[in-house]
Amino acid sequence: MSSMLLTLLIFSPLLSVLILLFVPSDDEKTLKMTGVLGALLPLIAAVTAFTAFDTAESGVQLEEVYQWITYEVFQANGELNYSIQYHIGADGLSMILILLTAFIAFLASIASFSIKEKLKSFYILFFILELGMLGVFSAQNLFLFFVFFELTLVPMFFLIGRYGYLNREKAAWSFLIYNGIGSAILLIAFVALFMKSGSMAFDQLKAVFALPEADLKEMYLTENFRMGILIAILAAFAVKLPVVPLHTWMLRVHAEAHPAIVMIHSGILLKIGAYGMIRFGLGIFPEEFKSLAGVIAVLGVVNLLYGAFLALSQSDMKKVLAYSSVSHMGIVLIGLAALNEYGIQGAVFQTVSHGLISALLFFLVGVLYNRRGSSQLHDFGGLASQMPVAAGLLLAGGLASLGLPGMSGFISEFMAFLGLFEVMPVTAAVGTIGLILTAVYVLRAVLGVTFGRVKREGTVYGADMTAAERFPAFMLLAAIIIIGCYPALLSGLLGATLESIKLGLGG
Amino acid sequence: MDTDALLSYNWAIMAPEFTILGVATLLSVLDLFMGKNTSRRPLLWMALAGVAVAMAFVFAELDTDVTSILHDTYRLDFFSKAFKILLLLGGFLVLLLAADYRKKELQEYRGEFYYLFLTALLGAMIMASSADMITLFVGLELLSLSSYILAGIRKKSGKSNESAFKYVVSGGIATAITLFGMSYIFGLTGQTNLFDVVETLQEPVLLEHSFLLVFAFFMTFIGLSFKIAAAPFHMWAPDVYEGAPIPVTAFLSVVSKTAGFIILLRFILLTFIAAAGIDRDPLLVQVQPYVIVLAAATMILGNLGALRQRNIKRLFAYSSVAQAGYILVPFVSNSTQVFELIWFYLLAYIVMNIGAFACLQTLTRDAGSNDVSIFRGLFSRSPWLASAMTIFLLSLAGIPATAGFAGKFGIFMGALGPEPGHYVLAGIMMLMTLVSYVYYFNIIGLMFFRSGGTGGRRISIAPSIGAVLVFCAIATIGLGIMPNIALDFFFGQFDVNEFFMNTGHNH
Repeated sequence: MSSMLLTLLIFSPLLSVLILLFVPSDDEKTLKMTGVLGALLPLIAAVTAFTAFDTAESGVQLEEVYQWITYEVFQANGELNYSIQYHIGADGLSMILILLTAFIAFLASIASFSIKEKLKSFYILFFILELGMLGVFSAQNLFLFFVFFELTLVPMFFLIGRYGYLNREKAAWSFLIYNGIGSAILLIAFVALFMKSGSMAFDQLKAVFALPEADLKEMYLTENFRMGILIAILAAFAVKLPVVPLHTWMLRVHAEAHPAIVMIHSGILLKIGAYGMIRFGLGIFPEEFKSLAGVIAVLGVVNLLYGAFLALSQSDMKKVLAYSSVSHMGIVLIGLAALNEYGIQGAVFQTVSHGLISALLFFLVGVLYNRRGSSQLHDFGGLASQMPVAAGLLLAGGLASLGLPGMSGFISEFMAFLGLFEVMPVTAAVGTIGLILTAVYVLRAVLGVTFGRVKREGTVYGADMTAAERFPAFMLLAAIIIIGCYPALLSGLLGATLESIKLGLGG
Repeated sequence: MDTDALLSYNWAIMAPEFTILGVATLLSVLDLFMGKNTSRRPLLWMALAGVAVAMAFVFAELDTDVTSILHDTYRLDFFSKAFKILLLLGGFLVLLLAADYRKKELQEYRGEFYYLFLTALLGAMIMASSADMITLFVGLELLSLSSYILAGIRKKSGKSNESAFKYVVSGGIATAITLFGMSYIFGLTGQTNLFDVVETLQEPVLLEHSFLLVFAFFMTFIGLSFKIAAAPFHMWAPDVYEGAPIPVTAFLSVVSKTAGFIILLRFILLTFIAAAGIDRDPLLVQVQPYVIVLAAATMILGNLGALRQRNIKRLFAYSSVAQAGYILVPFVSNSTQVFELIWFYLLAYIVMNIGAFACLQTLTRDAGSNDVSIFRGLFSRSPWLASAMTIFLLSLAGIPATAGFAGKFGIFMGALGPEPGHYVLAGIMMLMTLVSYVYYFNIIGLMFFRSGGTGGRRISIAPSIGAVLVFCAIATIGLGIMPNIALDFFFGQFDVNEFFMNTGHNH
């Protein structure tokens, strides 16, 4: 039944949760198998949904709408119903991110093999997390979005705090508090929108805010109100993205959580920030977003340069990658601020591309950490002679990260900057310094690890990557190269969605 | 009043109250004649059966039209029915908790416990059905006096005695203040019936003395806020909760608090709804800023107080103060949604808080301590208990897909809906919710991240506690996902005019 397809997709991880409850917690083999098969299920569902998705058609597809909650509000002029629907669906942007989520979650489930203890609860939390992420990208109203958004918060708190390195609990706490602040702001903005406009559905909100100014005034949706809500929404997602100076929690998470979790975190969860900005910022408040574009562009450049500079001076590989994420998220902002087709397309491309690249790199660092018990740059060197496959993959990932043509990073950076140069050439020019710095810090880190002498006499890295380790890495690399060589794969999906955003921006 | 008039009343509408009264009387007589060493367990089953029958009567009355008897002092409207359901539900669950309470001392005074419990419940129910200051006050005192004894029921425990004493003294002061405020209203109007008071307050001559009415408002409001443990009368809660046996603590924090909100709604809203304050502005609008300050202060004091607690009962005392603050928000926002929002939040609060107390009772008995460290490593010792507790804590913290979130969401709707929206109050509530994350998640963290506790011993859960846990967990999740189950029931019957209009005479 195709009409239930998305619901089945979103809730498919629940099946695995149920099965896992009955698997004994010491049966490692069955747990792993359930984990991988359980993560494969949403991937298959996502691909099925993709085949049912008509790329040529604009607007939301695979929609499902059910009445969910109704609040009756008594007012002087009669009774007013505020109703909330269970409303899911996908447009091109959602579809891309759903595929990305299912793909990376599947690979992360394999990357989780290195967890030795408490594997059962790990997979249970993992699947609840996946449910939340799939839901976030499919939700078609604010309420549902928020529910799924928060649903990622709790399992993530546990996943960071229970599995990972020494300071993992501190990282879990700062994750919870920062994201809690973000959610708090978001909830107030959403409820205010709901009460004033009477609806939570994206399409209805879009229609309401496209009304002429006089009508909006009558509904108490004044210019100040709209601007206030937009700033609140952007601030909430700025925590998630993260935008400097709200990024410290993300560094801790990237440094302390288990690599499989970091793959998901930097691969997908950070993308919710970008998704939110596009969906709610650009989608609902295009006019107001325009007037903030200058600020957003500057914030983007600050992110880009700040992240790049600090990545340059880190001695821990995980920190290098974490700052590199900060830097790369700056490009998303730059693309959005351009507010033209190239820019927005670049932002979305960067979202996907960074998801894949950072997942690959964090996975590789995890692999190295397992063998060496460290991720400090000075502990490594000469990797290529002992672990040629790992070294090769690391090099490839690094090159993708610095934007080598033919790989996905190049396309997205190129388009984002192309977009910004068109409207804000000076800001864009300053931003390009960041691209040079990126090349420097990536090469510094990657080359230092792969080539050179084996540091510390007698260091043995151990065997090269096992099949279970090679599989996720090669899959990610393949995806990076395919998008890099054939970007039409994404832009085809995105075309119709971009059109509608452009329409909102007034052509 | 002659016999005919007395007989002509439709006494059937008081069936729930008569049931409770009858069972309480029966229990006290039985307790008197039972041998010293006879088990008091049958009394428990009778008490439970009594509450269940009373509940059945309330449901059977659902279709009855508004009726008022005894010269309009006793009134059966949907408001009273809806809130009686909450009281009886809470009472039933708390009795189940008491079924497992094995502290030796309580065992000794068991008989007393059951019938005092029922009289307290009866007092609360009378409050729900009162439309007259006299009956309201009688109900309030019946509840209070019974609770004073309940708090001190462990006669030989110093803490319990201290708890009862503090409760009596501060409760007495609060009652005196309430009564003082009520005397002003009587003095101004010469009426005790609330509907008559409303009518008389419209007389022009009284408008000249409206400052007295404002004074009366503050006196009664502050006095009544004692029962809900709101600022400035919140300081008794930690001390009393700490000393009282857990079932009594649960009763005070849930049933007694519900009763407090009932009287606030019935008395304050009804009496002052049309009253004019100073300069003939509507009184409720005029005093709004002060009530906002009280609500904000309650949330802030409760949440910040809870942060520093190591004693789990004190922590829950502060948490319940904070929750009272949240429930006050719809009260001050002057929204017509106030009834549904408070009713729903109280329902959510009953299931989540009693659920949490069921966990607390099992754990504190198992560990013989009230320190928060009893939660250490609970997940590895008793995964089901830990999971249940996590559900309740998440709900108390207001995480989506739990009843607590649905309640909070409604409260935000009420605060931001009417123009002008109470953004500051909503902001404070959100901020304080974040603060509450710290102490709620701290407990969750202890359960999941820490190991240790009482030597890896498994914890046995008594059947009655197990039943409470299962029911509360299902209700917490169920109301979170499908809040309409409860909301539709409420909207289906509730009519705001019915509350404010004196219809259904029966003399």
